Parts: sequence; C-alpha cells; structure tokens
Amino acid sequence: MSFLTLENVTHHYFTKNNYTKALEDISFSIKEGEFVSLLGPSGCGKSTILSIVSGIMKHTSGKVLLENKPITESELAIGYMLQQDYLFPWKTILDNVLLGPIIQDNVDSDRINKAKELLQEVGLKDVEDKYPSALSGGMRQRVALVRTLITDPKILLLDEPFSALDYQTKLKLEDLVFKLLHAYQKTAILVTHDIGEAIAMSDRIILMSANPGSIAKIFEVPIELRNEMPFLARRHPKYQSLFDKVWEELNKNEPQTV
Amino acid sequence: MPIKEDSHIFEKHQQRLKREKRVVMGWQVFILVGFFGLWELASRENWIDPLLFSSPSKVYNLLIQKFSDGSMISHTFVTLFETLLGFIIGTLLGIVLASLLWSSSRFSKIADPYLVILNAMPKVALGPIIIVALGPGYISIIAMGAIISVIITTIVVYTGFREVDPNYEKVLLSFGATRWQCFKSAVFPANLPVMISTLKVNVGLSWVGVIVGEFLVSKEGLGYLIVYGFQVFDFSLVMSALILIAIFAAIMYKVVERLEKWLIKHTT
Repeated sequence: MSFLTLENVTHHYFTKNNYTKALEDISFSIKEGEFVSLLGPSGCGKSTILSIVSGIMKHTSGKVLLENKPITESELAIGYMLQQDYLFPWKTILDNVLLGPIIQDNVDSDRINKAKELLQEVGLKDVEDKYPSALSGGMRQRVALVRTLITDPKILLLDEPFSALDYQTKLKLEDLVFKLLHAYQKTAILVTHDIGEAIAMSDRIILMSANPGSIAKIFEVPIELRNEMPFLARRHPKYQSLFDKVWEELNKNEPQTV
Repeated sequence: MPIKEDSHIFEKHQQRLKREKRVVMGWQVFILVGFFGLWELASRENWIDPLLFSSPSKVYNLLIQKFSDGSMISHTFVTLFETLLGFIIGTLLGIVLASLLWSSSRFSKIADPYLVILNAMPKVALGPIIIVALGPGYISIIAMGAIISVIITTIVVYTGFREVDPNYEKVLLSFGATRWQCFKSAVFPANLPVMISTLKVNVGLSWVGVIVGEFLVSKEGLGYLIVYGFQVFDFSLVMSALILIAIFAAIMYKVVERLEKWLIKHTT
C-alpha cells in the first residue's frame, strides 16, 4: 500500500506580470519506510514538491495523499530539514531541539530526556545549554536533524540538507542520517543535485527535468547498494554503472550549453 | 623563550592603545575647556556682546542660584518626565503598530500611503492642533514627544519584521505553527536588535518633540525657560537651560546605550 501519493500535481508560480509553471503532471508514490531521492538540475521544482508535501504551499491542481487522505486533512507529523540548519541563534541547543514540541505544546520530562538521548545518538554531548554560534556547521546540522526527529515524524522531507557542508562532514552526516532513518524506519524524500548522494542513500531515484518541472525517469537502486551505508555504497561496483546511467539521462535532458 | 617575547609585544601593543586613549581624552578636554575659556574671555573683553551671549561664569552663578531656590529642579524634572514618557510611549506604540501591519498584509497595503505622508510630514507642525485637542498641559507635550518618533519606529520595525529570513518561519510552519506562534518565536525575537537601535534614535527625537511642545505651551520646563529667557532678554537663562538639556540628553543616550548592550548580551 502506498504511503504518500502524488497524482497529476501541477503548480504555478505567479508574479505581478507573469506566471511560470513550476511543476507539470507529477505523479509518483512512496511506500512506508522507503527512501526516495528527487534528483535534477536547479529550477526543476524539486523543493517545490517538498513544500507541497509539507502543506506549506498549496498546489494549483492534482492530488497529494498521505495514507490515502488529502495532505491538508492529515494529522501525521512531517519533519522538514532545510539546506541550512536555521537554528534560532537566541535559543539554547535544547530549546532549539524542543521547538516542535513547544509549538505543539507537549513538552514534558519524557520529551526533554528524549531530546538529550537523541543529541547523544548523533554524537553531541554536553551541548544542551550552549548556543548555536558555539557549534560548527556539521554539529548544527546534526542539531537540526534532532529537531526534526523529536516530533517523531512519519515522513521526513530533506531539502538538500548536506549541500552547505564541507565534503568530509557531508559524507559523515550522510551515514548518520542513513543509519538513523533506517533504525527508526522512517519514510524520507531527499532533494539533491548530487548524483552520488542520491545513489548512495536512496532506494529509488526520481530524475526530474526543468521547464516545466516534470519527471524524466525513475531509477531503482540495486538492492546491494540499498543495504550498504552511503560511504561504502560509493565503492560498490554497481555504483558506477548506475551513476553512468543517471549521468547519461541527465545530459540528455540538458541542452548542450557547457 | 618565544612566549616571553610574545607577551612583551602584547604589552607594547597595550601601551600603544593606552597612549592613544590618553591623546584622544586630552584633545576632548582641551576642546571643552578651550570653548568655555574662549567664551568667557570673549565676553569679558567685549569681543561679543555679553548681554546677548552671556558668559560661562554668569550661567554658572545663575544655575547655582536657581538650583538652590528649587525653581530649576522643578523645570528640569518636568522636562525629563515628559521626555521619558514621550520616548517610551512613542517607541512602544511604534512597535505595536508595526506588529499590526505585519499581522495583516491587507492592512499594511491600505496603511502604506498614509504612513508615507505621515513620515514625510514635519510632526512638530502638528503642535498647535495637538494643543487644541489635548489642552495646553503636559499631556500635549508628551504627545508631541511620542508622535515625533512613532511613525519612524513603525516603519523601521515593520521593515525589520519583513526582512526576517522566511526559512525560520518555514521551520515553524513544518511543526504546524500558527501565524501568531511564528511571530512570537521567530519574527519578534529576531528583530530585537532593530528595535533596540530605534531606541537610540528615538531618544533624540523625543527631546525635539518635548522642547518644541514646551515652546508652544509655555508653562514650565526647560523649553519654556529658553523661550522665556529669549523674550525677557535673559540669555544666561537660555544658555543654562541649553546646557542642562545637553547634559540630560547625553545621560539618557548613554543609559539607552548601556541598555542596548545588556539586552543584546541577554537575548542573543
């Protein structure tokens, strides 16, 4: 049974004198516990899909169903991780992590303990009372991950969460996120323009093309790669062959400008 | 021993800083003393008309005399009270108005042309109307002190509200936050530095509003003393009121500056 379904979703952006079609006829579905990547060039509407799924943005036509219910009626918690951590600089790490529970008004000692446990689990000890400015970029993005997980979301939307990090930190965080999401059996959609990241982390890759944003092709990641940690998956022999296929497809859609 | 050498360089650096500070202080004192000294000398030697421009010694004697008979204390107190209240009301009202503008984009669109006009308009020109409406008393003067800063505060703070990175709101919205929660947890606290910096501008503005108000109402206060001294040609009185205003405005500015440092330290 599909967990999240998009049926013929179309979205337009309006400006004063013009409008652009950001998404055209997007249909796909995701099973519970599946990790799907949306891969494509910038401007292909990847992030727009996440905004629509999260309910922050309203699509112009089509259906978005979460557990067979329209997204607007769904009570299921959604976790959203952005390109940058967007930790609130005037709040301590613990208060930042508890932001969701504070908004939903269900902070109790259990939550606070869970927050501390999760912080430990992502390798952050004794940071609860510190302020975000005292932490490095990688540590801050880990805090943002904990902030996303604390509300126990059923689906995680990851909007290029590793793109602002340096390469080494990025590889480490990929492994961490992969491990955590599999341990807690979360469903996730990852938006990225990094082919390697998409192959190493996901079960399925939805390749998109721009103008207007639409689905070009869907790749199934071989089972051998799916079960490997992202760092090791990159060394797997099947990794390169899938990379080449995706590369070829991406170039096919791209007008030859470079 | 490289460590000892390094600390030696650091000591030299500190000494340089100290010397620089002393030189600056020296010049500042020199200008102050020079100004009053030259003024006194010019007045005694009749280079300037002592009747018109008074002299530091006359101003000093007048201040001593007026403070000991208590009349200056009440004038100073009245002006300080009006300025403080005008400053606080103007700032708070401006922040409340900015919040209302943020809460409804339709309201802000409707209010836009009126804000532009009110901002461009010299607020002290409204003085007579305010006095007619609120009576020739301290309420009118406080209103002048407030009105002069309220519109600019509204505009600056509202602009600040709108410039908050929308991604903070996105984070909150993904947790199902309401618009009020977004305001309370992101937009307002992110703007505290902007609001604090408007405080500094408003100190100066409130003084302008209150002094002009006292010119018009002409009952009591330092602004009244200036107008009164001008009318009876007692320029020692005018000068002493001016000096008191300069001192208290500077003190208020410094207090707000301290407050700014404290708030920034404790809110960010």
